[in-house]
Amino acid sequence: MNGLNPFVLFAASIFTSNMILANFLGMCSFIAVSKDIKTSLGLGQAVTFVLTFTTVINYLLYRHVLVPMNLEYLRYIVFIISIAAFVQLVEMIVERHLPILHHALGIFLPLITVNCAILGVSLFMVIRKYSLIQSVAFGFGSGVGWTMAIVALAGLKKRLNESRVPKGLKGAGITLIITGLMALGFMGFSGMVQIS
Amino acid sequence: MNGIVGTVAVMSGITGFLAFLLTLALRTVGDYGMVEISINEKKKIEVRGGDNLLSALSSEKIFIPSACGGKGTCGYCKVKVLHGGGAVLPMEEGLVAGDEIDEGVRLACQVKLKEAISIEIPEDLFNVKEYSALVRKIEDITPKIKHLVLEIVEGGEIDFKPGQYVQLVAPPYEESDESVQRAYSIASSPADKDFIELIIGYVEGGVCTTYVHKYLKEGDRVSFNGPFGNFFYKDNDREMIMVAAGTGMAPILSILRAMRNSGIKRRCSFFFGAKTKEDLFFLDKMQNFKESLFDFEFVPALSRIGPDDDWEGARGRVTEPLIKHMESPENKEAYLCGSPVMIDSIVKLLIEKGMDEELIYYDKFQ
Repeated sequence: MNGLNPFVLFAASIFTSNMILANFLGMCSFIAVSKDIKTSLGLGQAVTFVLTFTTVINYLLYRHVLVPMNLEYLRYIVFIISIAAFVQLVEMIVERHLPILHHALGIFLPLITVNCAILGVSLFMVIRKYSLIQSVAFGFGSGVGWTMAIVALAGLKKRLNESRVPKGLKGAGITLIITGLMALGFMGFSGMVQIS
Repeated sequence: MNGIVGTVAVMSGITGFLAFLLTLALRTVGDYGMVEISINEKKKIEVRGGDNLLSALSSEKIFIPSACGGKGTCGYCKVKVLHGGGAVLPMEEGLVAGDEIDEGVRLACQVKLKEAISIEIPEDLFNVKEYSALVRKIEDITPKIKHLVLEIVEGGEIDFKPGQYVQLVAPPYEESDESVQRAYSIASSPADKDFIELIIGYVEGGVCTTYVHKYLKEGDRVSFNGPFGNFFYKDNDREMIMVAAGTGMAPILSILRAMRNSGIKRRCSFFFGAKTKEDLFFLDKMQNFKESLFDFEFVPALSRIGPDDDWEGARGRVTEPLIKHMESPENKEAYLCGSPVMIDSIVKLLIEKGMDEELIYYDKFQ
């Protein structure tokens, strides 16, 4: 167990260890769904919600089921199915009881099942030996960081629509270049705190 | 050995528990029971809730046009939802215009059935059916155009308005791996309910036209669905101006046949554009209409006339005789059929000549 303050961990997972800009996880939906700020924010919220809860669930499964039985090596398969089941369960409940929230997040939930940032956070939590509180801070912070990155990209893409992009770079090409530049910018934060 | 059994037991336990939770959720939270769909305030159907409106309607044999198959990308399956459709989804906003959203227009494939819903669809869609037919006749009428007669063997009688189209299904064949549907206007008269005629041109590399021109033979089975389309004969007493090129003659032919069958007495001029003499077809049928219709004039125009051709008709584009004809725009309406370029230029010309835009009906062949 490492002794990082959960608040430090929270800030670090947004700025210095951002899931997209430092670890390049969750890129597919990051590139595909960043066409407009409103939808990006919706997807970001859904990712944050699912990240926070699956990190807790996977923490409990790992510490209280897999570790006591010496089955740590099963963590990949266990994490994947618990994420998939959680997402589907949430989708059903939200759709029935919270129509307004479903309206905002609904269509993104299935996308998140296969978002590798979610599995990545659960695995980092195990590798870095976080406590429950630290895991919550890390999961929530990673979600906020992911949201911030995709919303920023959506804003930049909006600007790009009005400017002339060389033909060969249109679409994913220029998006990847921008992402790289954003990542370079975020490297500036890396002096503040290092968590990995 | 114990290790293996233990591992499998733990995994089965976890997976089993999650499966149990999901099934429980599906039975309780995910069960919307039976939902009533009320269509145009007269037809009511009951379907299992939870499904989307498009597939629920098609399982009840009501076919809403859809090209993407319910992925929410084509924007064809628009229906008007009066109440019970839930909120408009973000992905619909790109395909449904703002004023349509205010009227309640939704994409049927994105409307999830959770409660009783009331919708409005064009009355004609009740009429859309799937048909299976035998190719009775398939023959070349020009080097690039075939005339088909399809005798309906399954699906019952077809009921359509002259000018409407059907979607012909080309199954997978040697040059195409998937089944595609293409729209072709019906050339036969609406009075003939047990067969349809189509006029299909050959398009280099076209999946359906290649199938029809190179593979389809007399006696083969084909399927089609329809009828669709807002381009059809309007009943009034205005003089009719018809303009078509190539296979665009099909819906006009259907309209002329319908007029002959019902003994309609309207003045009517048909301007038909083609490149060479070889590209003209059905001249005998047109001659026949001249004799049997009340006041019919057929004006073919050829844009390429060879030095040896014996041609006394109009030369150049079909617009020239049309301009001469359009000296007074009063009490006239127009039916246009052909390529988008041709239609755009003719619509522009007719408006310049003073014709009311609302009285120009057209069908753009893509």
